[in-house]
Amino acid sequence: MPRLNSAADLVRLRRQILDKDNGKRVVSVTNGTDGRTRNSEAVVQAFINEIRKQGLAGKLIVKSTGCHGFCEKEPTALILPEEICYVGVKPEDVPEIVSQTLAKGKIIDRLLYQDPVSGQRITSEYEIPFYESQNQTVLGNNRFLDMQKIDDYIALGGYSALAEALFEMTPEQVIEEVKSSGLRGRGGAGFPTGRKWEFCHQAPGEPKYVIVNCDEGDPGAYMDRSLMEGNPHGVLEGLLIGAYAIGASDAYIYVRAEYPLAVENVDTAIRQTEGYGLLGQNILGSGFNFKVHVHRGAGAFVCGEETALIASLEGRIGEPRQRPPFPATSGLWGKPTNINNVETWANVPLIINRGAKWFRSLGTERSKGTKIFSLVGKLQNTGLVEAPMGMTLGDIVFNIGGGIPDGKKFKAVQTGGPSGGVIPESLLNTPVDYEELSKLGAIMGSGGMIVMDEDTCLVDVARYFLNFLAGESCGKCVPCREGIYQMLKILDRICEGNGREGDIELLEEIGETVRDFSLCALGRTAPNPVLSTIRYFRDEYEAHIKEKRCPALACKELISYYIEPDKCQACLICLRNCPAEAITGDKKTVHIIDQEKCTRCGTCLEVCPPRFGAVTKLDRVKVPEPVRQKTAVIRK
Amino acid sequence: MVQQLTELDQEVDKIIGKYQGDRSALIQVLIEVQREKRWLPKDALKQVSQRLGVALTQIYHIATFYKAFSLKPRGRHSVTVCLGTACQVRGAPRLLDNITQTLKIDPDETSADEQFSLDTARCLGCCAIGPVMVVDGEYYGKPSRKEIDQIISAKEIET
Repeated sequence: MPRLNSAADLVRLRRQILDKDNGKRVVSVTNGTDGRTRNSEAVVQAFINEIRKQGLAGKLIVKSTGCHGFCEKEPTALILPEEICYVGVKPEDVPEIVSQTLAKGKIIDRLLYQDPVSGQRITSEYEIPFYESQNQTVLGNNRFLDMQKIDDYIALGGYSALAEALFEMTPEQVIEEVKSSGLRGRGGAGFPTGRKWEFCHQAPGEPKYVIVNCDEGDPGAYMDRSLMEGNPHGVLEGLLIGAYAIGASDAYIYVRAEYPLAVENVDTAIRQTEGYGLLGQNILGSGFNFKVHVHRGAGAFVCGEETALIASLEGRIGEPRQRPPFPATSGLWGKPTNINNVETWANVPLIINRGAKWFRSLGTERSKGTKIFSLVGKLQNTGLVEAPMGMTLGDIVFNIGGGIPDGKKFKAVQTGGPSGGVIPESLLNTPVDYEELSKLGAIMGSGGMIVMDEDTCLVDVARYFLNFLAGESCGKCVPCREGIYQMLKILDRICEGNGREGDIELLEEIGETVRDFSLCALGRTAPNPVLSTIRYFRDEYEAHIKEKRCPALACKELISYYIEPDKCQACLICLRNCPAEAITGDKKTVHIIDQEKCTRCGTCLEVCPPRFGAVTKLDRVKVPEPVRQKTAVIRK
Repeated sequence: MVQQLTELDQEVDKIIGKYQGDRSALIQVLIEVQREKRWLPKDALKQVSQRLGVALTQIYHIATFYKAFSLKPRGRHSVTVCLGTACQVRGAPRLLDNITQTLKIDPDETSADEQFSLDTARCLGCCAIGPVMVVDGEYYGKPSRKEIDQIISAKEIET
């Protein structure tokens, strides 16, 4: 690896890489964590072997890339420059792709994405409805980058923003540019990034530190993992620019334990960057020195909070502390420290390259740029979505997400993870923007969007989040430690049919206390899932408490499984599969569930052949008496 | 027995050596000891305490705070079920029921023959393919009852 000693060296290297790969067809296969669950590693290997076998080595390039967004259809093989996109590729499809598409440019129809509505086959990735209305400025590069190759990033113009910052701009000008772009923190709170940098830049004390927060703890959110896996150099370049602006000499990348591939790829990226002299001493001959360390998290949700994260980096337990002092003045080892989330850092090179004005042109008045959302749950199309701020929730859920599958009805979308809230159907025309979501009692958070259909019970959802938070509260302050626990106990009893008159008001009262008096954001936002579900779905709480009924038929203690005698064909399938041995009947006799023995696991409903559809869920109180043995006999 | 102890010493020493006795690297050291041994045996923790000059109580404080650490021996094979929100609404509780029935152990337990440990995760970040199960680092999206049985029996044969 040649060391780059100037901006001109970088330009020269880029030209060399482009010349070397000029005119070659590329197949880029999604091989991130999601792809790997569907055998993508074997697909990549099959391409390498098959290309060699068919004598095309040297003429084609195989790239093993991070997620493009539509994770559900992975592994995807994208063929460039034609932009032919094959979805759900299996190793056995590869010989045909190589001999037909890669060698001759012929399209294989059956591997193209098929629109579920029109049935039409779609050739180009950008024309798939899931991608059509997105604007993938940050995530979009993943498809052109082999996860482990710095040259791919440089070919795309990578590290040119760094060169520009180092040689054309003063640190103050970089900060000014980021401030004027309107970029706000993508990790949750939405604090203006440029201002945060300025505080740290102006704070007295040496050395200064910068930190990448990749402790992506919100369940249902994984945009940071995808960026870290698929485009680690994009994050590193942003980090370098920030460090130059702030005057930091060292960085820590805090990656959660659950992301092994992200750790692997960022480690590789650091080694390669050091090899080119883009990290280390005298970067690009500018005199700027900078070192990056990777720290693996050991599993604690609260470490996403910046003061807890710093405590964890120092080798202590991840307990937050009172702010001020803010990390900008007293952070890691008591020195000025700036922490930003992965996606925030990844936006920085774009702002330097394309300018603050371009960035400002995207989004709403107070929320600029794009945001990556993980659109998951009960949806037709699930995956990562990058859209300009200001797109409405409804557009994201229905246009990009394709609506709810299986003919079910939309019920709510949960944004912002355990700190966020639910938003009902009536508010789907809300534009996504930091302030607008807060007004509804939810938050943008890190961008998790979990869609729920009519089968989801919102009281149970609130209980789920509180259970999560009760386990993750660090225990340092009383309102959070005790308040969440008490709220959980109340929610448990409501879901079990033991709710009492006044429980809703009690939940609200405790919730407000926890919100107002907890030490850190974990506690202060913990009541959101409860308060927002009460706000929009109070009738569901009341049904549980007053009628001992779960309207969504989801709370185990309030429902029963029932076999409709008219529909049962006495096929023995449910009877054999019931793990509790609660079903009686035989070959010619209608099957009956013994409600005493039944554990309500739902196996019978799952295995009953859809053409019979004999098993249903009922309110606990409404289960009919079992049919008498005589009428139960089926004569056919 | 004596031989086993010296062997353990060396492995742990090697890990500590990698971090040049840096006390702030305590969590990273424990992560690697956990990975090497699959749990944190008391002897290993005493050794870390001595070599890094960190009080044993401080080490226990950390070992009990973070979820990645186990103070009990764990099975040769690790099975994790994701209970993140997306997996939750797509049937993770059912998946967990199926796995507890197959393995005959509850979450946070290890089978008596030390073959399997079952855990739940807060979110593994593969939300589009949920509900997700991870067996020895291999990810499986939406496995059926039959697939679970196959995966588990393959692991049983392996050892």
